[in-house]
Parts: sequence; C-alpha cells; structure tokens
Amino acid sequence: MEIKQTALAGTLESSDIQIMLSKGTDGIKVTLDSAVEKQFGDQIRDLITKTLQALDITAANVKAVDKGALDCVIKARTIAAAQRALGTTDQPAWEVF
Amino acid sequence: MILKNNVNRTLSDDLMAKLDYKPYTSTEIGNPEIQRVAPKVHVSTGNDKVVDSIEDVVKATVKDGMTISFHHHFRNGDYVFNKVMRVIIDAGIKNLTLAPSSLTGVMNDMVIEAIKAGTITNITSSGMRGSLGDFVSHGGLKNPVIFRSHGNRARAIEHGDIKIDVAFLGVPNADKLGNANGMAGKAVFGSLGYALMDAQYADNVVLLTDNLVDYPNTPASIKQTQVDYVVQVDEVGDPDKIGSGATRFTKDPKELKIAGMVNDVITHSPYFKDGFSFQTGSGGAALAVTRYLREAMIANKITASFALGGITKPTTDLLKEGLVRRVMDVQDFDKGAADSMQSNPNQQEIDASWYADPDNKGAMVDQLDVAILSALEIDTKFNVNVMTGSDGVIRGAVGGHQDAATSKLTIISAPLVRGRIATIVPDVTTVVTPGDSIDVVVTEVGIAINPKRKDLIASLSNIPGVPVFTIEDLQKLAEKKVGTPKPLEFTDRTVAMVEYRDGSIIDEIKEVKD
Amino acid sequence: MAENSERLRRTMMFVPGNNPAMVKDAGIYGADSIMFDLEDAVSLAEKDAARVLVYEALQTQDYEGAELVVRVNGIDTPFYHNDVRAMVKAGIDVIRLPKVESAQMIKDLVKDVAAAEKEFGREAGSTHVMAAIESAKGVLNVPEIAAASDRMIGVALSAEDYTTDMKTHRYPDGAELEFARNMVLHAARAAGIAAFDTVFTNMDDTEGFYRETRYIHQLGFDGKSLVNPRQIKMVNSVYEPTAKEIANARNVINAIAEAKLKGSGVISMNGQMVDRPVVLRAQRVMRLAKASHLVDEEGNDIEE
Repeated sequence: MEIKQTALAGTLESSDIQIMLSKGTDGIKVTLDSAVEKQFGDQIRDLITKTLQALDITAANVKAVDKGALDCVIKARTIAAAQRALGTTDQPAWEVF
Repeated sequence: MILKNNVNRTLSDDLMAKLDYKPYTSTEIGNPEIQRVAPKVHVSTGNDKVVDSIEDVVKATVKDGMTISFHHHFRNGDYVFNKVMRVIIDAGIKNLTLAPSSLTGVMNDMVIEAIKAGTITNITSSGMRGSLGDFVSHGGLKNPVIFRSHGNRARAIEHGDIKIDVAFLGVPNADKLGNANGMAGKAVFGSLGYALMDAQYADNVVLLTDNLVDYPNTPASIKQTQVDYVVQVDEVGDPDKIGSGATRFTKDPKELKIAGMVNDVITHSPYFKDGFSFQTGSGGAALAVTRYLREAMIANKITASFALGGITKPTTDLLKEGLVRRVMDVQDFDKGAADSMQSNPNQQEIDASWYADPDNKGAMVDQLDVAILSALEIDTKFNVNVMTGSDGVIRGAVGGHQDAATSKLTIISAPLVRGRIATIVPDVTTVVTPGDSIDVVVTEVGIAINPKRKDLIASLSNIPGVPVFTIEDLQKLAEKKVGTPKPLEFTDRTVAMVEYRDGSIIDEIKEVKD
Repeated sequence: MAENSERLRRTMMFVPGNNPAMVKDAGIYGADSIMFDLEDAVSLAEKDAARVLVYEALQTQDYEGAELVVRVNGIDTPFYHNDVRAMVKAGIDVIRLPKVESAQMIKDLVKDVAAAEKEFGREAGSTHVMAAIESAKGVLNVPEIAAASDRMIGVALSAEDYTTDMKTHRYPDGAELEFARNMVLHAARAAGIAAFDTVFTNMDDTEGFYRETRYIHQLGFDGKSLVNPRQIKMVNSVYEPTAKEIANARNVINAIAEAKLKGSGVISMNGQMVDRPVVLRAQRVMRLAKASHLVDEEGNDIEE
C-alpha cells in the first residue's frame, strides 16, 4: 500500500513512542531514538517493520522516538501512524489488530 | 585463574593484586583489632588562620600527587568545589587523588576538565551521575574509580586507606579559628556528618565560608583544634538547590501502593514494637512510608527509639510529635530537617563513623531494626545495584546502602519495571549490596522474602492485600511485561571497583561498548 | 446459587484510553472494574489511536481479574461503530454506552455488539453492556433502559452532564442528584443489575469523598465510578463490613449449612426462621468481607 501523506502517532510522554511515517523508496527504514536502544533497539525496529509489512507497506521512512514503550504500545502507535499515512483511519485494519 | 568472589563476580586478578584487594566474602565483620591512623598537626595558636584567597591556601597546601577531599552536603547547590578546583587546575597541579564524600551534578564538568588536564588521576567517591558517570564509563579516567559507602569511607579514612592531605570544607558559618557548624547562615544544610571525618583526619583542613562570625562560634561541629585555614568567599552555596526538593508527598498512585505495602511489611514484622528504630532515606516512596508509619505508630501506641541516616522533614515532624525519641542525623535532605537540627536538641548530629563504620566499637547501623532502601536493579539472589543504569553506565551512588542494609529488617522498595526496563532481573549489572543483607523486596504487585529469612516468611506470608511471590516469580513477571533485553556489552577494561563496606571488592564496573 | 456468582462492583476506575502509562498499569490497583475511556478523555484527533492502543493493551496486559469495561464514543459519533467492533474483537467484558436516553439506544447497541461478535467469531452473548445516564430524559427513562437487554449489567449516573442538563451544578450536599440517584438505583434493582454512582473529582477533598461514598453506600449503590486509583482504598473501606455484621452473616451461613446437612428446606437460627432477604444479605456481607481481606476463602477471621 502506498503512503499518501506524512503522519504522526503517539506522544513523547513516558511509556509512549512517537512514530512518524513518511514516503520512502527503498524498503522500510526505521530511525530509532530510544533510551533502551542497547537492550531493545533491534526488537523495536523489528516490531515496527513487521507491523508495517502486515499492513502491506513495503516502503516507508519511519522516525521513532521511544520513551520506554512496551510492545503493545509500539504496535498500536505504528498501526495508528500507518493508517493515518494511508488515509484509512475510518477503516481499521482488523487483520493486523 | 579466574578470580570470583562470594557473589559470583569475576574480578581482574591483576588489578586486585596491584591494588592489594581481597575479594568480598561475607557480610560478617567479626571482631578484629584495628589500628587507626592519626593526622599530622601543624602547631599554631590559631591567630593566623584567616587567609584572603583560595589561591594562597592552595599554594600553601596542595602539591602534585596529593589526596584532596570535599564534602557533598551542599548537593546541587555547591559553589565550593568548583571554586577550589578552578584554582587547583589553573595552578597546574597534577596527579591528585580526589576523595570527596560524594560527587554531585554541579561538580561534573569541573571533574572532567580536571581529569583531562591531568590534575585528577584517581577518584574515590560514594558515587557519580550524569556526564561524569558517562565519561568514566566510557574510559575517560585511566585508573579505576573506587566506590565506597559512607560507612566504608569513614573506615578507609581511619585505616589510612584514604589518606587526605588537604580537605576543603565549605561551611555556612565559621569563626576566625575555624569553629563551625552547618546550621546557621545563608546556605545551611544541617548536619556536617560526612565532613566531620575529613576535619578529624586530614593533614590540612581548610574551611571556606561566606559568613565569618564572632569568636567563639557555637555549637561547633568542626572545632578550632582541627582547622588550619579559614577562607572567606562570596558565597559557599545556593540555598535553593541544597534541598533535594523531595519533601513533597508523592501523588503517584504506584509509589503510594508500594509505600503502603512497605508499611504493611514493617507493621507485621516482629520488629514493629515500642522502641524500634528505622531508616527511610529520601525520595517519594520513602516519604510516603514515613507518613504511613506515623499513622501506624499512633494507632498502635508505639514510639521509635531513633530514626537514622539522611533525614527529611517528615522524620523531624515525627520527632516533634514525640513518635520518634531521637533523630541520629548524618545529613539533611531538606531545609525543614536542617532547621529542626538547630532547634531540637533530640536531633543529634553524627559523623559517618558513628553512623555506619563497620570497624567500630559499635555503629548506629548495628542497632538499626528496619531500613527501607531503593534499587536500580535487584536480582534473583537478592543482590542490589544502585550504581549502574540498565545501559551499564555509572549513574548512582553506594551512599549508605550497604551500611543500612545490615539492619535486622532490610526492605528494598522498587517498582517491578520502570518504563521498559525490568527492576527485578536474573543478574544485576553491578552488585553493590549483597543479597545476604536483603530481607524483603516490595513491588507494586507484591513482595518477595529472602528464603534465608524463614522467620520472616512466617510473619509476613498472610498480610491482607500483600501477595507473596518468590523472587524468581517476580523476575519472570517483570520479564513478561517488558520482554527479554539483549545483554549489555562491555570491554575488558575495568573503569571502577566497588568495595564492600569492609574494604573487600564486591564488583567491578567495566567500560561500556558503544 | 446465582447470588454467589454476583460480582462485587465497588470501584470502576476510569483510565484515559490514549495514555499508555495509565493503560498498562491499570491492573495493579485492585479496582473491581477498569473502565478504559475512548470518549471524553480522548481528543477528537486521537480517537483512532486510543482505540488501537486499548485494543493492543487488552491483548497483552494482565489486569489481575478485574472486570474490563470500555466507554465507547456515543452512538451519534463517527467513532462509535469502529469502537464497538474493536472492543468486541478484543474480547472486552462490558461496553459502556454514554448519554443513554432510551431503551432503544441499548437495543441498537446490543444489535451492533451481536453483529460484531459474529463478525469476529466471538461467543454470542459474551459481551455485556451498561448504560451511562447523563440527562433528564435518561433519568426518566432509566427503568426501561435498565431492563432493555439481557446483556445489561449495570447503569451508571454521570453527574457532570446531568447537572448541566438540569440547569444546576454539583453541590457538596448532593441534593441536586437526589432524584437521579434514586431513579438509577431503583431501576437497577428492579432489573436485577448493578448501580454505579458518579465520579468525585476533587482529589484534595478527602472528607467530601468519604461523605459522598458513605451516602451512596447507605442508599444501596453497588459502587462508584472513580477518577484516581487512590480512591479505590477509600471506597473499599466504606464498603467493608463491620465485625458484628460478619459474625451475624457467619451465623446465617452456618445455619444454611446446617439446614442443608439435615436436608431441611427451612433455615432456622436461634429457633427462628431465617428468611430469604437475610440470607442474601449475609452472602453479600461475606463476599465483601473476603474482598476486604477480613476473612479468608473459608470465611474464617484472618488473624491480624
């Protein structure tokens, strides 16, 4: 699926993650800023990438600022950002939920 | 040969040999005979102590290779450290050992500058945080930092392990001969507990004050018999930044829940009876515990014989109310507690040796019933880390942790997870306090009791609303919440060594790999 | 006995649906019910994000056996349908519909819930519903609303909107809510479902909170909606039975056991017949005593 517009979801509050999604040409690229980069950086990037792939997004630039979010939050914010970027917020992607 | 100590930590045998260290074996101190050292005394009638400038006094006292010390009672409001170090760096002095009671954030930039300039080549401290911790963890200092608890610093000074050549001690008042206390003046901090060791054992004692008062100044915590120089400066500290600002009662429901359970553990323990003693420390949850404890003491008509350690206003309020009979005060965390020391004769200033020195004829911690302590990490062996963050970087302090943990009931109060970081882990990054001295861990979901304390298991297992877990269960619960972290990576280089309170090595901190 | 399976619903804690820190920690405070809010606590621009956040949290977080409730957006909003579908798919226990004014609104909700259960393969009838009463019309229609569906588990009074609708505001003595409280409570009792009192928002007025909680406890409410976890302990302490009530209840329970043993249909205590309301009350007291940790699972006193 094609990203129509740059979109943002999540906040910079503790336990949240802010995900900014914009058009990309070369696969899914995740730039992550996280206090837990050493311990969980790879897992976080992996989860964001897999969630986007499940939404049939194959190319995107992702900027993620993590404030100690759990996996369920990372997945939720990625889905929210993606659906906003795709312009499909009123048609939840149930298969990914 | 791989050298391991009794908390299963691998130690560098070359460093251990070079620094003549023994590996940690046990929390038991026994009854050894100890020979203490005595300071050099420069005889004087005392009429020539007041000097005009820090430059003059540095020139007269500090030489290459010496050990210099400071106290951290001004905490983040400290002006003295930076003023003195500026002069020492500018004088081109090299190879100093820095041996303060601890290092606070305002000192970080200056320490880093002094290390880079070759002025400081060795450090021993209770702890360090922020940019300095980061600098050291990334190998910024060639020789390993030695971390010691407050009680252990007193022990090391008395043994001569730390031989202080010059102590620079900021005080909010002093007379021309050096009689001084921490209670009156502009930048007051109350107890001078840690600085009293330096005043007693340093070869040269330099007081810095912004408030030269009439002779003789009383009450004198530091005495004229100990002081070589009195330097008058504009300001010794910023009164607004001395208090830790932690006196506000927390509204965080998770902290309150933990505090409530800590209180339940105390009140259901066999130690909660008339005449018991406790140490709570600072921080939101600790203050909440103090308040809950107050209610429980009133309800059960119990008073405490003493409260110990770093003191906050909620504790001095208990003193005023008569719920605590004595406050034994090594440092004050807020202005309320500092003011109370001046007005209440039952708030006794104690030095770090009296507080917690293991090689003593009895320290206050030896008489302590209940200690409530915090943790960055706790492992399934109950070992506690208060020194390195989850990223392996130094950002903490031993403080009185190892010392107070020798109490009869030592409670660690900590959330199960912080953000995405588990607090209860299979193995702590750095062992600071051995699990043998920890009795109960309290989290927001429930408690774990050290299986070695069978007596406590009996008395704490059926507290309404306080579920009991094994420490392994708590660890699994935490891991289930946050996931399994990738192990941290370190180089082989040791950047710091953590002493146990008896001077043995309990753990080493390695350089982080980035 | 059906009464024994009746849930305690002393505390229904509101959790803002778009706040990850609060959503993930909601389970640790011992609330009887946790209500994730997709409505007033979430701004219009974040409705989609809150919905998916609560959904994902419900899949992964442990809420320690609390009853899980979601307040969806109102039936007249563009978010309502997807809220209901997402929460039914997530397997929520109860959907709370705001601003209910007629039995038809509940019937519509139930239809949508049933459709969603079918769509996502959830067991038919597994999702319950409840109504928030927030207007004069809602209060006047509450008897029909409470009885509108088998899926109904409760009605809650929501005083902020209600007092605005009544051209008044909240007062410390609560006189302005007297009629509404009694209507909601009677409707709930007549329909055999739970009655929840409104929130109390001033966290600094502890005395006022206790006064109001004691009052609604006396009226007979099951419990209260709460805005802060710190209120949970306070409500529970008001609902805690006294030692005398427990002793009495235990005698009644023992008498029931004795009657059962004898195979007698008549329960008697001290030579007097014990009638049904007394039995029901005794069972409720023992449930509360257990929840308050005053007695153990067998009903014996816990030694303090």
